[in-house]
Amino acid sequence: MTIHDVERDLPLSLQANPRLADWLSILPSGVVEVRSGKVELGQGVLTALAQIAAEELDVDVARIRMTAAATGTSPDEGYTAGSLSIQHSGAALRQVSAEAREIYLSVAAAYWQVSVDSLVVDDGMIAAPDGRTTTYWDLADDLLLDRPVTGETEPKPTSSYHVVGASVPRIDLPDKLASRPRYAHDLAFAGKLFGRIVRPPSRGARLLDVDTEPTRALAGVTAVVRDGNFLGVVAEREEVALAAADRLRADATWHQHPTLPDEDDLAGFLTSAPAETSILAEVHADGVPGSAVNSYESSYHRPYLAHAAMGPSSATALASNADGVRLDVWTHSQGVYRLRRELARALELTKEQITVRHVEGSGCYGHNGADDVALDAALLALAVPGQPVQVVWSRPDELGWAPYGPAAVVRIAADVDADGGVLSWRHEIWGNGHATRPGFTRAVGLLAATERDGGEEIEAAGEPSLAHGGGAGRNSVPGYAFPAYRVVNNRLTVMPLRTSALRSLGGFVNVFAIESFMDELATAAGRDPVEYRLAHLSDPRGRAVIEAVVRKSGWAKWSAADSVGHGIGYARYKNSSAYCAVVAEVEAIDEVRVRRLTIAVDAGLIINPDGAENQIEGGAIQATSWACKERVRFNDLTVTSDTWESYSILRFSEVPTVDVELLPGDGNPPLGVGEAAQGPTGAAIGNAICDALGVRVRTMPFTREQIVTAMPD
Amino acid sequence: MTDTLPPRSTVLVNGRREEVRTEPDTALLYVLRNHLGLKGTRFGCGLGSCGSCFVLLDGEPAYSCDTPMWAVADREVTTVEGLGTPERPHPVARAIVDGQAAQCGYCISGIVIAAAALLADNDDPTEADVRAALDRNLCRCGAHNRIVRAVLAAAAEARAK
Repeated sequence: MTIHDVERDLPLSLQANPRLADWLSILPSGVVEVRSGKVELGQGVLTALAQIAAEELDVDVARIRMTAAATGTSPDEGYTAGSLSIQHSGAALRQVSAEAREIYLSVAAAYWQVSVDSLVVDDGMIAAPDGRTTTYWDLADDLLLDRPVTGETEPKPTSSYHVVGASVPRIDLPDKLASRPRYAHDLAFAGKLFGRIVRPPSRGARLLDVDTEPTRALAGVTAVVRDGNFLGVVAEREEVALAAADRLRADATWHQHPTLPDEDDLAGFLTSAPAETSILAEVHADGVPGSAVNSYESSYHRPYLAHAAMGPSSATALASNADGVRLDVWTHSQGVYRLRRELARALELTKEQITVRHVEGSGCYGHNGADDVALDAALLALAVPGQPVQVVWSRPDELGWAPYGPAAVVRIAADVDADGGVLSWRHEIWGNGHATRPGFTRAVGLLAATERDGGEEIEAAGEPSLAHGGGAGRNSVPGYAFPAYRVVNNRLTVMPLRTSALRSLGGFVNVFAIESFMDELATAAGRDPVEYRLAHLSDPRGRAVIEAVVRKSGWAKWSAADSVGHGIGYARYKNSSAYCAVVAEVEAIDEVRVRRLTIAVDAGLIINPDGAENQIEGGAIQATSWACKERVRFNDLTVTSDTWESYSILRFSEVPTVDVELLPGDGNPPLGVGEAAQGPTGAAIGNAICDALGVRVRTMPFTREQIVTAMPD
Repeated sequence: MTDTLPPRSTVLVNGRREEVRTEPDTALLYVLRNHLGLKGTRFGCGLGSCGSCFVLLDGEPAYSCDTPMWAVADREVTTVEGLGTPERPHPVARAIVDGQAAQCGYCISGIVIAAAALLADNDDPTEADVRAALDRNLCRCGAHNRIVRAVLAAAAEARAK
């Protein structure tokens, strides 16, 4: 194998960060320290990565200490996003751990003058055939791993796994349950000050005047910061910071002007706004096309969706001026290196002057306010050097100012033959992009940077290539074996509300549209939705998840009842990741109530079955909430759905029963599970509503109002 | 900025009388988290509508984020820390770990409070009882069903003793 081949075969994260010691330290105390560039978002990834390292090293998983990502000490693995952590960091740690094991065994083998192959390892204890033993901990030496990965050590065959594939309990939960401080919100520093931001009253509002004196006069207020339209306060106590922010807000005068489209005709806005049109995929039929007997067309629409995490965004920053400016930031960002670069741009510092450390936050479902709040905290900290400042966003700011998952319209048209079989398929998308993360935009991609004096608006998001999973185009290419298809994206070049990545990106609306339309075509042809899908699906793993969910849900034994229906949705996430099929059972009397979701998933090798089920079930419940209840509301000035009353999410009494079946990995490599269920769940619910009521609802959320609107006149 | 110290107030938390210096209209939440270092009670909305900040006030779940200090002067506050210790967790907390009934975990302490109050009143709740008792608690990760099973398991275990 040439060096070139080795490089090509190494996981991407290892090509970028080849030094073994960057990933792993074996400590004399019997601990293995693992530094992944991926971060815990509440998805349990640290546990899964610890399992992978423990498996290859042959140590108990309890010995693995996962270190939170930080610039300067962790490998740079970009963002923790796209359900790629196991594929990226897991693959890297697997190779690093296998090589570390080999290196330690070589040391013991050389000392004993035996072959490496004759040694066995059990929880870090290395034993020779003659009974002599030593341990990793006795041999621990940092220099041993101070070398680049070679790619020459073969990791274990998956068939020998015993730690990977086991439902190891989450390593972070005991702290969280025992109320030990683990969240960014809980950081304790001596002399910590409390900051709050006064955001503009509406989009694009300009601060005309603010009297800061009454705020400064409040006992316990340390600083008031104004920079253009950016306003913030720093105080000794949190209750003082809250009162000071209220005072400052009351003493500010703003110029406001309408910038937002008419929410009641959002679909009209999306399909008429300035856009850049591109063909994402196109396949022409081989040979003579069959003759079309019928043509159909339908349009589908989803609103803007909020991340709506339970804990608002929070960061702490500490600036020092001792030897030139230094800035330390603690936040729950998905990408500490990317954030550091963006902070450096915003503050005109070098990245060497900044350290960003990940601290766990509330659940993270995509690009939320975690990066924005870091700049908020930094701007306040720079005003009070030497004193750490913690900023926590208010609930209205969290729901009103964090990026949203974009609204979209999808129109699908198809020509079908005499049996209803698809001859050609056209899929067209209108909406904003999903990629305004820091580092993806020309302007600094942080909210406060747009508010500061001379700040630039963040431009409309671009569209990543389908090879990178796509954004608006994610899951827009049909997974069915259609003879001809064409996929077009109209990427809006204006962005009235900031949009970015929210779990499953365009996959949610594209799968909703495709799978609704498949049902519409099946109905038109008088065919069963399951039979119709299978007739168009050649991928055996896709067929297997549909067949599994049909079996498990009792699809064939369904007995129709008034106002109760069932429906199916299927997709392979990103057309390249996990396969998922969902059957939804709904009751639609006064409101839609989803009673049961049955889900089958093939995600290849599963690292932690219980964790995977938890992720799939959680994703499906969140998607049920999106599909049935959620819609960002706004008037021409600003977002109005900024409390839990105006942006309501699914409650305990509304949550469906969820049954998840994980199909055997069958030797296939691991695929991410965090985003596989969203699209199929939304689609299955829409199809079930149609089955229950005979009404095809093509606009989300499936509220009583939308159902009434969808009823034929 | 002035050097006037904020007024004294006292509060009975987890069986201990604590004295803090803050204004009478300060929400109990900030006193618990910052003055007393009890980080288990969490800020979620500040508006009394998500349950992340639940504590027991004389045994009943209450939103600490919109309960002012003046209103708790002669009442008994129990936080999630007061329900158990890391070594001897409350049965609901233990059942949640045993059932891996969380994802991000941020909402969990408020849920433990609500569930503890339910089980104190009703040692044999139905699933519908549990869902109704937790309906003021929001969870965004979708751990609801696991949480409900954990609360039922904790109730069953308590009855078996």
